[in-house]
Amino acid sequence: MSTTVNAVTCPVCGCLCDDIELTIENGVVVKVKNGCAMCESKFFNYKNEHRNKTPLMRKEGKLVPVSYDEAIHKAAEILANANYPILYGWSSTDCEAQRVGVELAEEIGGVLDNTAVVCHGPSILSVQEVGIPTCTLGQIRHRADLVIYWGCDPWSAHPRHLERYTTFTEGRFKGSEWKEYMNKVKASAGKKKLLSLERREIVKRKPEPIIEKVTVNKPPETLGKAGRKLIVIDVRKTMTAEVADYFIQVEQGKDYELMLAIRALVKDHELDVDQVAGVPVEYLEELVDAMVNCDFGVIFFGMGLTHSAGKFRNVDVAISLIRDLNRRTKFAILPMRGHFNVTGANTVSTWQSGYPYAVDFSLGYPRYNPGETSVVDVLLRKESDAALIVASDPASNFPRKAVEHLVANPLIVIDPHMNATALLGDVVFPAAIVGIEKAGTAYRMDHVPLPLKKVVEPPEGILSDEEILSRILEEVRVIKSQRMQEAA
Amino acid sequence: MELLIKNGFVFDPINGINGEKMDIAVKNGKIVESVHDRRAKKIDATGLTVMPGGVDIHCHIAGAEVNTGRLMRPEDHIKDTERKTTLTRSGVGYSIPSTFTTGYRYSRMGYTSLMNPSMPPLEAKHTHEELNDTPMLDKASYPLLGDWWFVLEYLQKGDLAECARYVAWMIGTTKGYAIKIVNPGGLESWGFGRNVHTIDDKVPNFDITPREIMCGLAKVNKMLNLPHTIHVHTNNLGLPGNYATTLDTMRALESVATDGKPVAHITHLQFSSFAGDDWGSMRSGAEEVAKYINAHSHITCDMGQVIFTDTTTMTADGPFEYTLYQLSGHKWVNSDVETETSGGIIPFHYKRNNAVNATQWSIALELALMIEDPWKIYLTTDHPNGGPFTAYPKIIGWLISRKARMATLKKCHKKAQKKSLLPTLKRELSLYDIAIVTRAGQAKALGLKNKGHLSVGADADIAIYNVNPETTDIARKYKTVRRAFGNAAYTIKDGKVVVKDGEIVQHVDGRTIWLDVQTAEQVKVDEEMKRRFREYWTVEYENYPVTDHYLKISDPRTIKADV
Repeated sequence: MSTTVNAVTCPVCGCLCDDIELTIENGVVVKVKNGCAMCESKFFNYKNEHRNKTPLMRKEGKLVPVSYDEAIHKAAEILANANYPILYGWSSTDCEAQRVGVELAEEIGGVLDNTAVVCHGPSILSVQEVGIPTCTLGQIRHRADLVIYWGCDPWSAHPRHLERYTTFTEGRFKGSEWKEYMNKVKASAGKKKLLSLERREIVKRKPEPIIEKVTVNKPPETLGKAGRKLIVIDVRKTMTAEVADYFIQVEQGKDYELMLAIRALVKDHELDVDQVAGVPVEYLEELVDAMVNCDFGVIFFGMGLTHSAGKFRNVDVAISLIRDLNRRTKFAILPMRGHFNVTGANTVSTWQSGYPYAVDFSLGYPRYNPGETSVVDVLLRKESDAALIVASDPASNFPRKAVEHLVANPLIVIDPHMNATALLGDVVFPAAIVGIEKAGTAYRMDHVPLPLKKVVEPPEGILSDEEILSRILEEVRVIKSQRMQEAA
Repeated sequence: MELLIKNGFVFDPINGINGEKMDIAVKNGKIVESVHDRRAKKIDATGLTVMPGGVDIHCHIAGAEVNTGRLMRPEDHIKDTERKTTLTRSGVGYSIPSTFTTGYRYSRMGYTSLMNPSMPPLEAKHTHEELNDTPMLDKASYPLLGDWWFVLEYLQKGDLAECARYVAWMIGTTKGYAIKIVNPGGLESWGFGRNVHTIDDKVPNFDITPREIMCGLAKVNKMLNLPHTIHVHTNNLGLPGNYATTLDTMRALESVATDGKPVAHITHLQFSSFAGDDWGSMRSGAEEVAKYINAHSHITCDMGQVIFTDTTTMTADGPFEYTLYQLSGHKWVNSDVETETSGGIIPFHYKRNNAVNATQWSIALELALMIEDPWKIYLTTDHPNGGPFTAYPKIIGWLISRKARMATLKKCHKKAQKKSLLPTLKRELSLYDIAIVTRAGQAKALGLKNKGHLSVGADADIAIYNVNPETTDIARKYKTVRRAFGNAAYTIKDGKVVVKDGEIVQHVDGRTIWLDVQTAEQVKVDEEMKRRFREYWTVEYENYPVTDHYLKISDPRTIKADV
């Protein structure tokens, strides 16, 4: 029996494409339409053998299968007894689970943090400094004629970003550049073919044309063209840079300098140097002309800004540049959020506690001081005495010292897969995969909420993050009230 | 559960009850004729003031822009925190409190129903998720429809009936309550960084003017028989000389008013009543605006009072927030939403010693005092734009006491003092008037039949304040009144006592009220519609609607439309 489900939201990256069509046969996804490689990989591989089928508990140094009841009781006991537990992860689960997460953190007086802390946390700090002129992605589709990707590579990390939201989409006021790109690809393929024929001496080799010496970072003639333009600024020539109209290779760690130079030029200041961050000033002037003369421009930025030297100051100056540009034309800026619901994690945490990440409930009210209340710092100071990790794998990407302290204390992990953190855990819960086996809500990188669908049944007996967390919370309350009674 | 509130001084303006000593009986969440004398729980309200639960017609408490405001202002939260208790969740204030704190604080002031006035339809799910986490209150939202491409296109074509069908569809789809119009035409123009400056400017890329949008939607509103009128944030809001635009707007809407009933609600009127040519010569236009409203019956409005404090301005009026940004240079959020609307946020500190801010403070009070009929103007701060809602008791103080407002005026900027009309205004509102401007009038304007009054059958949403109208001269003892309205002696929500002596005693969830507008012929959802959807938005048709999953307690109101 085969059924088709359409308008499925893809639970992989921050693009949250919601036009995926799935064909399901006998409770298994057999066909994925419209999805990118990452999307297909998720929908085809959710049932892989690494999946954990029952809760596990560490007994005598070994993880052994136990029932949900036993594991939930143990987890609740750990959390209720902890003085300063951390609750981390959240970006790859739905808002419904995140809501329970905040309540649980509050109940046990823990530190609630999500993966933004090692991702776009610096962007949030900048927003708190200077604000952010932004828009939803459709606005860019309809209006943007200048798209700049800075320190990010959507072609690899958000594969459908260009085709759904930016350069290659058909908007109301601006058309798609897809055809031009295809022509470019064809021309380059033709050139290669010709070269190959020449090499094999089928075609006679013409005398070598005199090639003008190409200077690095020289803007192309087409920078002044009508229609959408795509500019990529990065330290290396990424896949996205290959399709761009103009690629600027900025010297490693000099994004801040380059951005400041552009700001100065936008404000009509003269620069008394020849080049900035490896880009000649005369080329920068052409770039600034393109920026100032567009109808609607946008900068997308990624880890290249937030986690290179300067961190949140890079984003700070990027946003300030957008503020300046808005005096001349219309400009917006958006972070390229990675996990499909990291935006949701920030959103839920903010509406319930007032703060987007690194929220400390240990005093009974929300407190926020990234650097102090952020999870990595808590771990490095060796202050936490238990941890709950939901839908994340800090063991494989936190600093080693932090991981050492994480595993030195009781560690509870809720994850569909046996990741590195789960292998080190003391109580490990398997969970249904959100967006495939569990319906919910996620927020796209531009804060547009989208429903996630349940398309297949989870493996028998497997609960969702939301259910597991709710039951832990319930159990924690039972334990605490018992303790109150005993004390009385 | 039965409840009997005995011997209170009841102020119920919808029923014309003005401070009479009465008993109010409650059963199963409704007001009833009488209850069993022994079984009923009794509240002794002797010497206390009893009013219907407060209704707020315009306060930004949930949704995308409110939450972005929260996110960008940790400095606003750090000075104001709420501890977790066994009954309540923790949270933070100040100007943009977290959701739970919002619910508790309103409830402590005796409020029971709120209207969240700007919901971008694309992000409606977000608004509803937050409303679910806003306890103690019944809530509803107004979707932003004034610059929605569908509306612009059908009005441009002159196809009112089709426009009405789409508006009905949108209200049902987003679980909304009324048509919100913000800077009509201006938000679409802002898509390319422009704005409109009179109600007859053409909107770029569309052959339509703000006048046509407002009148068109006012007519649509009538065709659909919606309980509230269109809810308008005027063009040129917040700019000197804009009272002329406001007058133009109200005059333009005269053509829609045929039966003497209101056809539009001009919201936060203070921000639309500036006279003068620039910031230097800015003065009050309240007199002209009030004169017009006194002479006409088709407009209701709310104050948009400014409070001298540090607050956060947020509105769908992106170009206005940009103007504020240029003035202040403060951190600035702009947030445009495809096909529908825009938005902006700027922190703002209203200062007594700033002539413009002080004049704004004065304008709102002038309007409230000069518009003679309290049923036409309601008490708001446009929370958090003019100041946080927690300042409502202060405003009540200024309205009931000339002494209170003169005391504040004396501390204001000299220039503002000289220009203020307040010294000439002798009027002092009574508790009866306060009951109108804080609940009865708002409920009536919203068409909320079960709220804002205490007749048999109404929702048992009741506020009891520690003011004795017989022994207290409220104009002199305004500080007593202020304290009383800040900490309700009792707040009763759906027949349950939720607040006692200003403290939460029970956590309850409120309902989400929305309209199910039934048109004779419905919007056709076919492949053509889905294709158009894909073209206009970046989401699929199937994923757009707010499903029942997003409403914790759904309270739909079925409306029969004329189309």
